[in-house]
Amino acid sequence: MKVLESGNHMVALAANAAAVEVVPAYPITPQTQIIEKVADLIADGEMDAEYIPVESEHSACAALVSASLTGIRAFSATSAHGLAYMHEMLHYAAGIRVPVVMANVNRALGPGWNIWCDHQDSISQRDTGWLQVYVASHQEAVDTVIQAFRITEDHSVLLPLMLNLDAFVLSHTYMDADIPAREEVAGFLPRYRPLWKLDPRKPVTHGSVVYPVDFSETRESMAIGQENAREVIRRAVSEFEEVFGRNHGDLIETYRLDGAKVVVVAMGSMAAESRVAVDALRDRGEDVGLLRVRFFRPFPTGELRELLAGRDRIVVLDRDFSYGNEGALYTEVKSALYRYADVPANNIILGIGGRDVTHTGIEELVLHSADGGLPEVTWGDSRISDGHLVTRDLLREFDELMDE
Amino acid sequence: MVSLKDLPEEELFLAGSTACQGCPSSLALRIAFKALGKNTVLVVVASCTSVLQGSYPLSAIDLPLMNVAFATGGASASGVVAGLRALHKRGDLDEEPTVLVWAGDGGTYDIGIQSLSGAAERETNFIYVCYNNEMYSNTGTQRSGATPLGAWTTTTPGGKAQQRKDIAQIMIAHRIPYVATASLAYPLDFYQKMEKAKAMEGTKYIELMAPCPPGWKFPSSQTIEVSRLAVQSGMWLLYEHENGETRFTAATKRIIEGKVKKKPVKDYLEMQGRFKQVLSSPEGQAAEDALEQEVTESIRRLHGWVPEYI
Repeated sequence: MKVLESGNHMVALAANAAAVEVVPAYPITPQTQIIEKVADLIADGEMDAEYIPVESEHSACAALVSASLTGIRAFSATSAHGLAYMHEMLHYAAGIRVPVVMANVNRALGPGWNIWCDHQDSISQRDTGWLQVYVASHQEAVDTVIQAFRITEDHSVLLPLMLNLDAFVLSHTYMDADIPAREEVAGFLPRYRPLWKLDPRKPVTHGSVVYPVDFSETRESMAIGQENAREVIRRAVSEFEEVFGRNHGDLIETYRLDGAKVVVVAMGSMAAESRVAVDALRDRGEDVGLLRVRFFRPFPTGELRELLAGRDRIVVLDRDFSYGNEGALYTEVKSALYRYADVPANNIILGIGGRDVTHTGIEELVLHSADGGLPEVTWGDSRISDGHLVTRDLLREFDELMDE
Repeated sequence: MVSLKDLPEEELFLAGSTACQGCPSSLALRIAFKALGKNTVLVVVASCTSVLQGSYPLSAIDLPLMNVAFATGGASASGVVAGLRALHKRGDLDEEPTVLVWAGDGGTYDIGIQSLSGAAERETNFIYVCYNNEMYSNTGTQRSGATPLGAWTTTTPGGKAQQRKDIAQIMIAHRIPYVATASLAYPLDFYQKMEKAKAMEGTKYIELMAPCPPGWKFPSSQTIEVSRLAVQSGMWLLYEHENGETRFTAATKRIIEGKVKKKPVKDYLEMQGRFKQVLSSPEGQAAEDALEQEVTESIRRLHGWVPEYI
């Protein structure tokens, strides 16, 4: 069914199409509309699920994990500080191997308070064991919710998945998208068949004390689950296309890469904006293409090696920053290419805390980068000045004030 | 009135646990499981009980069990209850199991109070048992919100300077259908309270006094004696609260009714090494008086008045 809805509502409708059975959630801007829509759908009798209005995000994730462990399909949604507050439970979800799916509406972390988009929240959760996917359109958000359960519930994966969509750019804008009917989805996504669960007929102890003699194996098995996910993602995406006729890429999506000398690498809605920039630059005769990293975990290492080797330049756009180093995506891209390709690269930090990312801005920065005119790591749209820093003058003024 | 002979013979708490000698939690689990039976899902909040069940791949607990993070007893139960209801709705479960949370005082009074409060406010259908050993025993006996005035812990080396809080009353303020306290020295009273909680819908909170031999510094053979003296001295009051009314039970009832004389708090304190330091200090008498006074005040809060013979 074609609908015109906000990205948030699309996610809720997709969760319903995926026959989600329990939704524990806590409101946080800009995710709130997702859980409001879930509550509405349940109240209207359109969704047959248990909604748990928990008292915190830590509890949301705890209930998400334990509900899933009973053997049902569980879903939640959060953002920014909510995701950070869940941090302990994110590890728990992955460690106890529940195939839950959670939407995260990417938002900056305070202070200062900022409800707008960047990827600092989810990037900070990189090492929790969750699969991470970043979507670039409303339709992709819908389709990825459905694909997500196929991927996580695969017995060779059994790890949770975080579906990231950009605050406001995707969460609050309205676009049309097709919401597949539940019956149609059921063919692609059959009911979850748990390998292990909380069942009085077959009592099992979950999450007990594990001594060093066994612990490493539990963690290596999670690493193997992430590795297995690569093929499971590719298969899910191609079968999804057979059923629904849509394909948004598997671990990556490429755009006009043929003959591209300069390749922009980006995630989420910045990648969508970069498409427009690529078209404009191509029109001007620049050989530019785009590689969108769709899955950040598992990271598309093989794809990057194959597609980036031999290019003249790579421009990695990061909507996050790893303080004391560089953008996180940039580090990952370079690490993938180590010993496979020696390509000059730039890291451009853009769109932090919801600063508007425009295709013209991207075009300018890409051209600058191609000229070799940018420092390796460039804050592309920051206008920092002495007023933002602790300068000698400021310190002198402070000393004088203290002396009085 | 049930007698010990009426308790089911089937053991769901198996031999071979890794509990300390005289551990109150393992004794209490055995009784609780007999009251609740096999159709139970157990949620264990990080505590001694996470450890005493045995380590992977062995388990001394013959129930489906999920070990959960410290702050999440109420929330984890909420997820389990919702999941089981979903299974029941789709016809995959004939009878919804009883959901039991087992948590220590650290996981209840301190880090877990928010999650417990949330679950109670949502009227989640589960039983929450706090086995209260008045300290963080599992991490090596640190102070908690349940540690009584004057008690030594590794983080109150001179004795705790504050009174413990009364979390059962906080749970009563949630207007849940059932709140009760229990003691290992009165196992049938505990058993009946568990049975009663099982038959009720909604959030049920039961708090069990759990004297910890290594933490409280008494011989491991005396767990029951210390439990009994806690009740006989009034330091632990046995009661149940339902339909807006508090009713004293077992030995506490007999004390309130004047059938048995309340023993001095001092008798209870002297059984344990954790009060030794404060009792022998210049402030010893003041601490003892304050604890004795707190017993009287607790009775007044629960009962409305204090009989003159107490």
